[in-house]
Amino acid sequence: MRRLLSGNEAIAEGALAAGCNFFAGYPITPSSEIMHYMARELPKRGGVFIQAEDELAAVNMVIGASLAGAKAMTATSGPGFSLMQEGIGYAVMVEAPIIVVNVMRVGPATGQATKPAQGDIMQARWGRHGDQYLVSLAPSTPQESFELTIEAFNIAEELRVPVMLLIDEFIAHGREIVVSKRIAAKYRRTVMGEGEEPFNSMNPKIAPPLPELGSGKYLLITGSTHDGRGYRDVHNFETHFNLVRRLKDKVVLNLDKLFMYEVHGDEEPDVLFISYGSTARSAKEAVNILRSRGVKAKLIRLKTLWPIDIELIKRLGGNPRAVIVPEQNLGQLIIDVERIYNPFEHRVMGYNKVGGGIPIYSSELVEEALKVLSCGG
Amino acid sequence: MEAKHPTREYVREEVLPTTFCPGCYNGIVMNAMALAFKELGVSDLRNYVFVSGIGCASWIPNPYLKADSIHTLHGRAIPVATGVKLAKPSLNVIVVAGDGDLASIGGNHLIHAARRNMDILVIMVNNLVYAMTRGQQSPTTPQGFITITTPYGNFERPLDVSRIIAETNANYVARWCIVNFTQLKESIKEALAKYCKGFRFIEVWAPCITYVVRYEGNTPGRALKEMSRKCVPLSDYEKLPVEKRDGGIAVGVFKKELKPGFIDLYRSYVEKAVGGVGST
Repeated sequence: MRRLLSGNEAIAEGALAAGCNFFAGYPITPSSEIMHYMARELPKRGGVFIQAEDELAAVNMVIGASLAGAKAMTATSGPGFSLMQEGIGYAVMVEAPIIVVNVMRVGPATGQATKPAQGDIMQARWGRHGDQYLVSLAPSTPQESFELTIEAFNIAEELRVPVMLLIDEFIAHGREIVVSKRIAAKYRRTVMGEGEEPFNSMNPKIAPPLPELGSGKYLLITGSTHDGRGYRDVHNFETHFNLVRRLKDKVVLNLDKLFMYEVHGDEEPDVLFISYGSTARSAKEAVNILRSRGVKAKLIRLKTLWPIDIELIKRLGGNPRAVIVPEQNLGQLIIDVERIYNPFEHRVMGYNKVGGGIPIYSSELVEEALKVLSCGG
Repeated sequence: MEAKHPTREYVREEVLPTTFCPGCYNGIVMNAMALAFKELGVSDLRNYVFVSGIGCASWIPNPYLKADSIHTLHGRAIPVATGVKLAKPSLNVIVVAGDGDLASIGGNHLIHAARRNMDILVIMVNNLVYAMTRGQQSPTTPQGFITITTPYGNFERPLDVSRIIAETNANYVARWCIVNFTQLKESIKEALAKYCKGFRFIEVWAPCITYVVRYEGNTPGRALKEMSRKCVPLSDYEKLPVEKRDGGIAVGVFKKELKPGFIDLYRSYVEKAVGGVGST
């Protein structure tokens, strides 16, 4: 089916296609359309929609529903995402599969409420206290918003991990043709095999099974450090270290499956762009313009913002004279890029612009690239 | 013959004894709950989900009750319980937490769950302080009380949580002192059986043995005696002149109704949605 959908609507459609049957949310611009869509569709389809009293409640309702067996999602923007951090940390600890959409807007604080930004990508990774790993994805078009939402549900179910979907207002409110693709929905393991425990796994790449509440397993679920059976252990080093290491490993050891990207342009570029989300669209156009002018250019567009495979990026990027990282923030992904390309050996530079709803234009990136290349280095 | 406690089937025996302080009233609350299940003929707790927050009372279900239990973040028991109930309405969802958890950091959730008449039972064990973190002043600490954060006597006035919840759309609200064991047990039974839908709230006045009772130079036994003097049935309490109410604890059932709960209302809403009423 082909439809003209905004990114927000495409995410809601993707969620429904993935089998989402529970949504809790709190009004906030520019993410509200996701909630509106779910408010209209879920009751008709036998699902549950509830407007929460705040974002703390929204994310915790989603966690409760997930533990009871639902495929559950919430959506928010900057300030709401900040409030949801404690709940996301809890979901990591109890290994509840949940989806949190953050339509990034200009911050900090209330910022420019309706204007797009990409300033929350580090918060999505590290916004909570304690060691923890989760997954964050960044679609670049409404079509990809649809597809990556289904992927997000599948990753969450399979790894029992919260998945963040980060878009910005350009994609959230921009309308494009979306073709509904069939992507098989995955479900978590709910049956515990012989010797299996709900909070431990012999194979660190595989998440433990999670029986639904009410299945007679007398589950003990706690955000405190716990052993494989769920019993609180707030004293022993081994219990804690094994737990947080397993929670990390289950994400990091699946890097090959989780790290999604697109490469566009010349094999061995002189200028390499590394970008994501709406900004990557300008970067892609910049690559095309540069190539038409005889400059070897390439874009690596990250669909997965965390975890990222820096070795793979290094292999894909070749040995460019300049690396440009355009972002609608003051420089966040560039911190990773500088781990890949030593700034003393390569010209690594950010192209940063945020506020007022003004995008990073491809013409600016072309100009920047030509300037950098003509300066030598 | 081996003597068996009449309610041991509801308890995870492998984690006993509890870590509660000697003399802690949490055991009485737990016993009232377990006896209520027993007298209701509940053979096991597989259809019950207990949700708790952070604090001493929150340890009653997790890990001591042999049931599914979720020990949530501080203050977030009610939203998690809401999610569980809505995703699987066939489960009986019971929140057990303290005054700090439910009335302070989780106060907004408490009021809104009551407003929605959400189909859960909330048992608030009111120990008058933040006991797990050394007895700081809580929203229910009486005026004049000495705590570690009010070393010269609490000058703030406490919140009457039951009275507030009774003013919302909640179906059932009751308050009992720990000395009213039978009434408490009967109330729990009533809130699970006869008034089995909508938001049900039972406050248990159970002063912390370590940071309230001993701070006052009392012993657990003497404190119970004093408490039975202070407990005044709701109807009598209202007749007292205001100046004589000071220090008294009004106990009883504030409210019992069988109005449609959130689940009932949502089901009729779904019928409208399926019928296309009001959709855009």
